[in-house]
This record gives sequence, C-alpha cells and structure tokens, in this order.
Amino acid sequence: MDSDIKRDIIMEHYSHPKNRHRNETDEYLKVNTNNSSCIDNLDIYIKINNGVIEDISFDGEACAISISSTSIMITNLIGKKIEEALDYINNFEAMVNEEDYNGELLNEAIVYSDIYKQNNRKNCALLPYKGIKKALEDYINTKNSKN
Amino acid sequence: MHREDFPMLNNDIIYFDNGATSFKPQVVIDKIKEYYETYSANAHRGDYDISFKVDLEYEAAREKVVNFINAKEKSEVVFTSGTTDSLNMIVNGFFAPIMEKGDEIVITRSEHASNVLPWFRLAKEKGCVIKYIPLDDDYHVTMDNLKKVITPNTKVISLAAITNVIGDVRPIKEITKFAHEHNIFVVVDGAQSVAHMKTDVQDLDIDFLAFSAHKMLGPTGVGVLYGKKELLEALEPTNLGGGMNEAFDNEYSVILKDLPTRLEAGTPNIAGVIGLGAAIDYLNSIGMDKIRDRELELREYLIEKLIKIPHIDIINVEADSGIVSFNVDGVFSQDVAYYLNKYNICVRAGNHCAKILKNAIGVTNSIRVSLYFYNTENEIDSLIELLKDKEKIEEEMI
Repeated sequence: MDSDIKRDIIMEHYSHPKNRHRNETDEYLKVNTNNSSCIDNLDIYIKINNGVIEDISFDGEACAISISSTSIMITNLIGKKIEEALDYINNFEAMVNEEDYNGELLNEAIVYSDIYKQNNRKNCALLPYKGIKKALEDYINTKNSKN
Repeated sequence: MHREDFPMLNNDIIYFDNGATSFKPQVVIDKIKEYYETYSANAHRGDYDISFKVDLEYEAAREKVVNFINAKEKSEVVFTSGTTDSLNMIVNGFFAPIMEKGDEIVITRSEHASNVLPWFRLAKEKGCVIKYIPLDDDYHVTMDNLKKVITPNTKVISLAAITNVIGDVRPIKEITKFAHEHNIFVVVDGAQSVAHMKTDVQDLDIDFLAFSAHKMLGPTGVGVLYGKKELLEALEPTNLGGGMNEAFDNEYSVILKDLPTRLEAGTPNIAGVIGLGAAIDYLNSIGMDKIRDRELELREYLIEKLIKIPHIDIINVEADSGIVSFNVDGVFSQDVAYYLNKYNICVRAGNHCAKILKNAIGVTNSIRVSLYFYNTENEIDSLIELLKDKEKIEEEMI
C-alpha cells in the first residue's frame, strides 16, 4: 500500500474515530490501557454475547497513532468470535514486532506495517491491542473458572 | 554560549529538554573518567594513596557544594542519589517522627510528584492534612494566597523554588520569613532552580533544600540534601549500614558517625559526587547571574515569537525562568513532540510528573521547552519555523 494512502487512512480514523464514546453499563466490560513511557491513556468498552464481540467503544486521551489504531481495531473486531479476535490481535502484534504475519487478516490495520521504523511509536499502535487482549483473556479465564 | 564545551551538542540535535536533564561539559566527563582510570578506590578507607585521594576529592566536592549554596559548613551537605532521594529522606527521616494527627502540610498543585507523594504517604500514615496554596491567574504562588491556608496546625511548607511545568519563581525568602515567624518549617525542592539561579540557603533561610546533579551539568544518580545543622542532627537515617556507624555490638547498641557521613550509608556514588564538584566549578566559571540572564533573554525571545502564532496556546506567558509550556490547538502534545523529533528537536510532551496540576490549570498535557544557557536564538528560530505551519504539523505528525 502506498504510504500516502496509509497516511490518509490513519488520519481519517484519527479525525473521525469509530465509536469514540463511553459505555459505562453492566453490558460492557471495561478495560484501561496506557503506556508507561508516554501519556496515552484509553478506556475500552467491550460487549460480548455468546462468544461474539457485539460492540466496542473507547474514550480517553492519546496520540494520533493510538487513536487511529484503536478505531481501526474496533472496526475489525466487531462481529468476530473471541478466538477469531485473538487471532487477529496476535497477527497485528506480530506485524508491529516484525515477526511473520498474515496481512490478509488485518484489513486496514495493515497501514501500520511500517510503524516498526519508528521505534517510539510501536507502543502507540499496540496500545489498544494490549488492553483488549487482556480483557478478552480475562473474560475467557473467568468463564472457564465458572464452568 | 559556551557550546563548544558540550560534546552532546555535536550530534546535530536541538535540545530543549533541560528541565529533564542537562548535557555535560567535557570537564565533567573528564573528571569522572579520571576517577575511574587513575584512582578508582572506595571512600573513607585511606590506607593507601589512591583511596586517600578519593577522600580528598570527595570531600573537596562537598566543600564546593557548601560554597555554591552558601551553607555554613560541610556537615550541612549530604550526598544522596538525587532530589527524589533527598525529599524522601527529609519527609521520612525528619518529619515522620515529629508529625502528629491533624498537623498540616502545605504544598501546591504544581509540585513535582517527588514533592507530593512522600507527603501523601506521611499524611495517610499519620493522619495529617495536605493543604494546597491556591494558585493565582498565572498559576503563581502569592504571599496573600499562602497566608490563606496557614493555620495554627501548619507544620511545614514544601515548595519548588521553580516549578517544572509553569516555571514560576517562588518568593522563597518571603515565605521562609513568614513561616519562621509562625514556627513552620520550609522545605525547598531545588531541582529546577539550583542550576538556573544563585541559591543562598542562609540568605533565603531555607530549612531543607533538595537538588540533583544531573540537571546542573553533573552526572545522573547523585544529588544533595541540605539541612540546617540542628535539623539534620534530628533527621533519623532512613538507611543504615556501612560507613555511617562508629561502632556496634551484640546488644544492638549502635553508635552513629557524625554528620554528614551518618546520612550516607553504603558506598556513595563517588564518581558522581566528584563529577558534581567539577560541574559546580564549571558553573562558577561562567557565573550563575550570567547564566540566569542568558536564560531569561532566550525565554523572552521564544515567547515573543511563540505568542505571534495564532494556533499556539502558551500556558505560562508570565514566568521568570527558561521553562515555556504550550499546546498546538487541536493537536495532541505527544504528536507535536514526535513531529519535532523528526527534525531532531527534543521537547517534552506530557504532564511532566505534575499530575495534580491539571486540576489547577484545566490542561492535562502540554509541550514543554526548557532552555539552558547553551541554547541559541537560531535553535529557537528552527523551532518556531516548524511550529508556525499547522498544516505541516498535521501532515507530518504521524
């Protein structure tokens, strides 16, 4: 993908992020995610029904890379089963960390394929993934311990 | 000025983060190197020549600190790992044993975390109360506002002489005069001030002063705790161990050494202390008044240009220091910092370790430019050129 197109996609998601609002209700799991080395700080809200992610929203303060990355992640994850979601998340992390990954699974999130070149921004792109991965794993663990 | 003395300035960067740490002149680097290469022994073990030299150099550095801040004698100057360490020692070693339930601690919302969190813990443990001096419209401390929060229960006022986000210079002399008339102790966080203006602890009548070497051209990992002798005598060592005891026996009886050694348990940061001594020599060779004048000149130059840019909001237009905090309208501070980094300009973005300041100024994050005498008008011009063009910022911030 051409770098100008990548830039446009990132800026579009930054300027008009998907579902940037809070959902402080019992229906939603809430997770906070932040980077200790900078000031990015986001709350992510996830609604799961029958093992499927029905909705995600977020709010907080963060840089353009974090906000756009969260928006793109949300767009990709809504409607996915938890296992599929984790697969997507692991793939994204692999891309950012310069490991083998399947680009087809990532859709628009492929715009961060060059982010490794800016070491100080890798954590920005990964920020929402760190939060949602923890929330999904906690969800699975809680469910397993109940069964 | 004096740029040729700083090897870091040969790296094609523009460094505006002097509030975080300063660069080191070659003489400081050489002095540390000399210790490691020619007399790298422990202190206070003068059984052989090189160890004896360590003692001489180490204590000479202490003498330099004494003169630099105009302390009365060497027993008033304790070497620590930095401002944070010094402040924790003051709070935990001096105040914790004497504070009682209901006693009041006066700080402000623009203090650095190191001058907030130790007091928070003390307040929690002892049932003390933290009072905040209301900041005026420029986020400064005024004597009138200070007097508003003083009560018969006030035991201590703990303030930075210059704050790290707002850069305001506090009227320390007036504060200590008022405080001492009311039997209140004054602790001064000198992290942002000692490197930038003359500090005379006797003239200011400060009870305790904390500062770090690395912000004043010295090495990291070393700092100073100054205290009036009679107060330091009462400060309980928070660290016990080697070097600070005279004798001990099986009956748990311990005799401690005299000040200041009593408060320097363990092998000290010898190279750091000696490096700090060299940094003080260097600062003196330029002159603290000259350094301050140059910084204010640079500040004025920066503010004058910055204020003309419509999409820049300056948080601290009024402040007598090299610290200038601002935001680019509608752009997250960290994105601006990343953008400037692409042009090798180092600025700080964030809340600058002053997390309760947002309650006072209503701004969570900002970009901070903190100047030192080795910055130049040309460097400021480069910064201004990059900040002028908002479209370019938005274009290149990712």
